[in-house]
Amino acid sequence: MSNVSTARGLRCRECHHQYEHGAVHVCELCFGPLELDYDYDRIAGLIDRDKLAARPFTMWRYAELLPLSGPPAVGSLVGGTPLVRAARLAERLGLDEVWVKNDAVCYPSLSFKDRVVSVAISKAIELGFDHVACASTGNLANSVAANAAQLGIKATILVPRSLEPVKILATQVYGARVIAIEGTYDDVNRLCAEAADRHGWGFVNVNLRPYYSEGSKTYAFEIADQLGWRTPDHVIAPMAGGSLVTKIGKAWAELTKIGILPPRAQATRIHGAQAAGCAPISDAVIAGRELIIPVKEPKGIARSLAIGNPADGFYAVKTITSSGGSGASVSDPEIIAGMRLLAETEGIFTETAGGVTVAAAQRLVQSGAIRRGESVVLCITGQGLKTTDPLVGDLPKPPVISPKLSELTALAND
Amino acid sequence: MATVRIPTPLRKLTDGKEEVAASGSTVGEVLVNLEKAYPGIRARICDESGAVRKFVNIFANDEDIRFLQNLDTPLKDSDEVSIVPAIAGGCQPEANR
Repeated sequence: MSNVSTARGLRCRECHHQYEHGAVHVCELCFGPLELDYDYDRIAGLIDRDKLAARPFTMWRYAELLPLSGPPAVGSLVGGTPLVRAARLAERLGLDEVWVKNDAVCYPSLSFKDRVVSVAISKAIELGFDHVACASTGNLANSVAANAAQLGIKATILVPRSLEPVKILATQVYGARVIAIEGTYDDVNRLCAEAADRHGWGFVNVNLRPYYSEGSKTYAFEIADQLGWRTPDHVIAPMAGGSLVTKIGKAWAELTKIGILPPRAQATRIHGAQAAGCAPISDAVIAGRELIIPVKEPKGIARSLAIGNPADGFYAVKTITSSGGSGASVSDPEIIAGMRLLAETEGIFTETAGGVTVAAAQRLVQSGAIRRGESVVLCITGQGLKTTDPLVGDLPKPPVISPKLSELTALAND
Repeated sequence: MATVRIPTPLRKLTDGKEEVAASGSTVGEVLVNLEKAYPGIRARICDESGAVRKFVNIFANDEDIRFLQNLDTPLKDSDEVSIVPAIAGGCQPEANR
């Protein structure tokens, strides 16, 4: 792998003002978000399909399209998750070709956040930080804590107090300091935005955000790679802050730009899924608005998506609508049904966010946005074992019998 | 006078100060008075039409002013105003760049 930085620095997405690499995420002139400034001509000369195929199947297969200056300090085994041909699910959805990109088994913390965190923490090390931090709805907390532990650096994690207890435990176990904030995720996020430059910490999703969010692209690079260098007719992704849908679009546009994907790849329709209890982005798409109306008090079971004021909402709406995609805002009962459908048809247990994605697929088939004969990739980004609470009461209590053959036989014949 | 918390990107305009005091009975008036003390700062926060820029969030006592009365949100002397950059990432490369 060529050990060179292909990212020249940072650049404001809005006014294009240039910045050097550093822990900075906002343009000081216009407050626009900063993004990486890659030398795509150079990248096109460095990689092609054959060179990529010869590398191990992890997220670092696509290192030239990531913003590190050398090998990752942490997370060298992240990515390379299965893309499952979901025939039984397809049948239930009334479709022919459905694929599940399964980051419920992403290494090491069982969500796609391991991708963004390995980039952010590796960059934090390059920039000289020895303490990382984040605002999180749970999966990010787990991943930052796990990856920081592997490196032996300090981690401080700020979460909303209402978070599922298992996500807090699965953060503390790595030795990270967890601080619960009385308030919503948006309150936590604002606190982090104000604290970011105060303590000399690398906040992976605040001052390191330009680097962090680049890691999401690898999820989409892998999909195209696993499909034999094509992209599907449709992709459906869950949305919290809205970053993933924008990065799916960016990833495939980049592969097209450097000649690895044919131009038609950009014809994929990108659909965004949210839970109705907090759907500022999908509601904007459905209403045909560019403007995000923040949700003050997110409700419902999909707590990992409960971001009322989504950071990338504006760009997510643009990505979805310009691709010809749709939004879907699904109810809690639909989410639970979606989780169960995926588990019962494909043996994949996903968290509530994955239930949102499956439920959105059902909605989009019903509305005619997705039709039989078209290919669909469902983005499953987190593990069901982390959010079992919503299923309690939805599944029957198992019958209890004595260890007697006659009692088992009576049940077996039911 | 209300206390205004200044985000890092604007501290070059406030001589490095994290917090400054500014008078005004609404958030909008505070921004006008802030401009008198620190010329150039209002144009960073508001666009040409005077509206708060898309990537800026303003909070009055920890409440997003979009949930209150925006720039008309009333303020008392002891109130705290925070100017916080939105946290957003980049997007796909433009077609012909």
